[in-house]
Amino acid sequence: MFKKILIANRGEIACRVIKTARKMGIATVAVYSDADRGALHVKLADEAVHIGPSPAAQSYLVIDRIMEAVRATGAEAVHPGYGFLSENRAFAAALEAAGVVFIGPPSKAIEAMGDKITSKKIAMAAGVSTVPGYMGLIADADEAVRIAGEVGYPVMIKASAGGGGKGMRIAWTEAEAREGFQSSKNEAAASFGDDRIFIEKFVTQPRHIEIQVLADSHGNCLYLHERECSIQRRNQKVIEEAPSPFLDEATRKAMGEQACALARAVGYTSAGTVEFIVDGNRNFYFLEMNTRLQVEHPVTELITGIDLVEQMIRVAHAEPLSFRQEDLKINGWAIESRLYAEDPYRNFLPSIGRLTRYRPPAEGPTATGIVRNDTGVFEGGEISMFYDPMIAKLCTWAPTRAAAIDEMRLALDTFEVEGIGHNLPFVGAVMDHPRFQAGTITTAFIAEEYPDGFQGAVLPGPLVLRVAAAAAAMNRVAEIRRTRISGTMDNHRRRVGDDWVVTLQAETFRVTVEADAEGSDVVFADGTRLRVASDWEPGRPLARLIVGGEALAIKTSKIPMGFRMRLRGADLKVLVQSERQHQLSGLMLQKAPPDTSKFLLCPMPGLVVKIAVSDGEEVQEGQPLATVEAMKMENILKAERRGVVKAVRVEAGASLKVDDVILEFE
Amino acid sequence: MADILQELETRRAAARAGGGERRVAAQHAKGKLTARERVELLLDDGSFEEFDLFVAHRAVDFGMAADRPAGDGVVTGWGTINGRMVYVFSQDFTVFGGSLSETHAQKICKIMDMAIQNGAPVIGINDSGGARIQEGVASLAGYAEVFQRNVLASGVVPQISLIMGPCAGGAVYSPAMTDFIFMVKDSSCMFVTGPDVVKTVTNEQVTAEELGGASTHTRRSSVADGAYENDVEALAETRRLFDFLPLHNRQKAPVRPFFDAPDRVEMSLDTLIPANPNQPYDMKELILKIADESDFFEIQKDFAGNIVTGFLRIEGQTVGVVANQPMVLAGCLDIDSSRKAARFVRFCDAFEVPILTLVDVPGFLPGVAQEYGGVIKHGAKLLFAYGEATVPKVTVITRKAYGGAYDVMSSKHLRGDFNYAWPTAEIAVMGAKGAVEILYRSELGDGQKIAARVKDYEARFANPFVAAERGFIDEVIMPHSTRRRVARAFASLRGKRQENPWKKHDNIPL
Repeated sequence: MFKKILIANRGEIACRVIKTARKMGIATVAVYSDADRGALHVKLADEAVHIGPSPAAQSYLVIDRIMEAVRATGAEAVHPGYGFLSENRAFAAALEAAGVVFIGPPSKAIEAMGDKITSKKIAMAAGVSTVPGYMGLIADADEAVRIAGEVGYPVMIKASAGGGGKGMRIAWTEAEAREGFQSSKNEAAASFGDDRIFIEKFVTQPRHIEIQVLADSHGNCLYLHERECSIQRRNQKVIEEAPSPFLDEATRKAMGEQACALARAVGYTSAGTVEFIVDGNRNFYFLEMNTRLQVEHPVTELITGIDLVEQMIRVAHAEPLSFRQEDLKINGWAIESRLYAEDPYRNFLPSIGRLTRYRPPAEGPTATGIVRNDTGVFEGGEISMFYDPMIAKLCTWAPTRAAAIDEMRLALDTFEVEGIGHNLPFVGAVMDHPRFQAGTITTAFIAEEYPDGFQGAVLPGPLVLRVAAAAAAMNRVAEIRRTRISGTMDNHRRRVGDDWVVTLQAETFRVTVEADAEGSDVVFADGTRLRVASDWEPGRPLARLIVGGEALAIKTSKIPMGFRMRLRGADLKVLVQSERQHQLSGLMLQKAPPDTSKFLLCPMPGLVVKIAVSDGEEVQEGQPLATVEAMKMENILKAERRGVVKAVRVEAGASLKVDDVILEFE
Repeated sequence: MADILQELETRRAAARAGGGERRVAAQHAKGKLTARERVELLLDDGSFEEFDLFVAHRAVDFGMAADRPAGDGVVTGWGTINGRMVYVFSQDFTVFGGSLSETHAQKICKIMDMAIQNGAPVIGINDSGGARIQEGVASLAGYAEVFQRNVLASGVVPQISLIMGPCAGGAVYSPAMTDFIFMVKDSSCMFVTGPDVVKTVTNEQVTAEELGGASTHTRRSSVADGAYENDVEALAETRRLFDFLPLHNRQKAPVRPFFDAPDRVEMSLDTLIPANPNQPYDMKELILKIADESDFFEIQKDFAGNIVTGFLRIEGQTVGVVANQPMVLAGCLDIDSSRKAARFVRFCDAFEVPILTLVDVPGFLPGVAQEYGGVIKHGAKLLFAYGEATVPKVTVITRKAYGGAYDVMSSKHLRGDFNYAWPTAEIAVMGAKGAVEILYRSELGDGQKIAARVKDYEARFANPFVAAERGFIDEVIMPHSTRRRVARAFASLRGKRQENPWKKHDNIPL
């Protein structure tokens, strides 16, 4: 086996590879840019080599710098992770030329599959079912519009070298095709250094289901079943699961066999993924093959018990696979939630900054399943603007899908992340969504179910009652502590009452808290009685409770006369007041929030790439006003209504914070 | 007998009705509570003991003799907040617009005298149209009697003012002399002269809210220490503040049970200071991570953000914190921040509240406006306040401590008890670049030479060890152990006794 390998990546995937290497007794070398000097993968690795400035194009994407690090450390093999150089043929070739093993497929296979147009042709030849589209390269926006018209709208405009949603746009009109072509091209150039674009038919109501394959250099090729990744936002996966709630045994087998046929056709070795679009009738079409480890590989590991990174290393070391297709059974159900530094309340715009608090749930077996968290960050670490905004991949496993969802709900509720905006509440809300629970999902799930964005989940009635009971019991404990202050009048101390009025989600409950040594019974006006047991103490940010027999975890902080409580995707203001406080609160005026509609505010920290309008210009609804780049994504800010620009306040090139004013309307 | 007892209830009910249903409804329509409702929410249930319920004015001019409501427009008495005693007055806008008469003032004076004598704070709820014009000079005399007691009570018992309606003219000077002023957004205002007079005299057009609303006084004038959305919230938060304050100047700061280990380690603090010395970070994160249960009551949050002041608890005991905030103006000291912090430090010292100082200060803000504005004397206020303070003083330098500002920020030389520094601290006369430009003026043309000099200077002075060698820093501590070190420092200082030379009073540069 190898003695030392280098991981040409960063973040959670570098950490994840290091873990398996360590388990196998292989020494590890990390590489890092300026921004990653104190990153987790650098701390975990046995050695670390600095490879350049923060922008990936000057560090993680520079083949020469990686090659230097390989030479300097004497690493025998390189694991590329995903993204960066993982599917770069030149990199694989450079390693081959230097006699260093690439832990991945042969460079020829990368080349064949790396180009979406070529890969589709090969797939067709290998008997794999494919989607209609235009296979040639497109020169300019005019040609893009013409081709889009021929293929028929809607169309998908994609960077040939793309992946992960970058350099990808869906266009429903000519105007969108024109704009999408340009921004895809720009993003592709910035992210991959390759601005070739192609167009294909966009299949509506599709599910995204992919097959994990694993091939060795001895002619064995197996499929490790499917992953369903239909919960996507802007073509970026958010929640994945294995197996798919949609496939039947026959379809699974057909897809698996076609995936293996394609792998064989290109002489594939190592782990790879063949992505399909599946329609409502279980017709499946080949999308692309990812010649690398996928972000969402942990769900496959959880249902098969196979460590994919270990298998990649063994295959790279020319070992034959030690198991056969019939050994690969589906055991239970696994779900992955991608935790992104994206603010769901601001249309998922990137949020960067310091993780002032980061406390993931404990990993390992639980009473009812397994929790796994792949992460590359730590409390006190920085989410930088230079890279992908992923914080962690939280996975749960349980014997059934419903149990895996339950496991995920509790894991999400105990996951504490503060300091930056993140999508925990959104993922929590999806877990509670009836359509997700039923498994009747498509890649349009988020767009259809959250058409106006995400404003926080609304808790269902029975849960509201439980939260109210929890708040009342917790408030009583906090109030009693307040009376234990020094300097009180002897014999005239405050007696904390048992009757409280709890208000949340615009509902009001009058409750009586009957406390005893072990906890308290919270009795509602209608006679409902909920037992609350908890070891919560005032000031603790995470309250774990059993309320009416159900386990709850609530992120809690103090607000005047109550608590801010976060759980299941909801962010609640829970007031616990005395009857008199409640009564008098009713006399307070409801104040309207300040009007910011006269300004275009920067929705995320980032760089102004372009200001598309000038002072005095009249703009139409939907007209692009400015482009702000953050996390390598170009975000076009559009006019929400007709108006006249009064003054542009910033210039292109300006670096802005959230809510900085870009321009003002009349 | 029953009739006689009933008579009391009848009279009480009449007095408690204040200005009557119509005026109470008008008060409510403005989103304001009545004087009694406010007292009810401020104090523990059933703890209020009222004085002078039946006091009525003695004025006879302008037909006043015919209208003599019991209580005379102010509710006074005492009660408890979480079991601790407090004196309260609450002006009743429904009775003569809460205007201050001779007898109204006497009621306030009575409870203030008792507060000073018995050692309990005073909370004044202000909602008054001003002087009772019908009484003329008697009313003015009443104000002055209250002012005199504000002065005598200052430094003896904490005084808190809640502005929950208008507070204009001479009336503003009573709250002005109390320790803390809190306002209610959109329904309170304070000014010496109102918009009408301003218009007449200076021809400036301004609304009452612009001239003296909560936003003006919390952000611009710094007259107020905080503002709340409405009466109910303001009263609840006043209860919260009260729990941080001692009852009087002979008592130590209060202690209450806490649920947070004094030796809690915060590894994340090791990465709080950014690699780039010019990059800001949020000092509030450090404050929250030092505090018990991350509970912090900030004073003057919206004013002079380059310094943060407020109360927290360590091992259950109140500590006042003063911290430079690198997020605003790089955390420098200037006129506003010096004034803000000086007043806070003096409050803490007056009331035996230990002071924690967190330092990251690049110096005093340069500029014509600062010098013309008298930054010399204003900066001296903070220096003076720290220098005279005899309460336990613990200081942690996280990063920059440059020049005179280093001296000011509770340095060892100002009788700091514990002066800690993080390894990232830079204690020097100035930043390396500035120092080199003065020391090596002749080499300024040679960029390379200067760069080397800067590097040398940094190596020599951009660390805490030069100061530690001289004992100006007691110990260089790991950021992650800050809470434990600070907690132990304060624990060791519980018996601290220190006295300044006898004096009638000092002469702080006001």
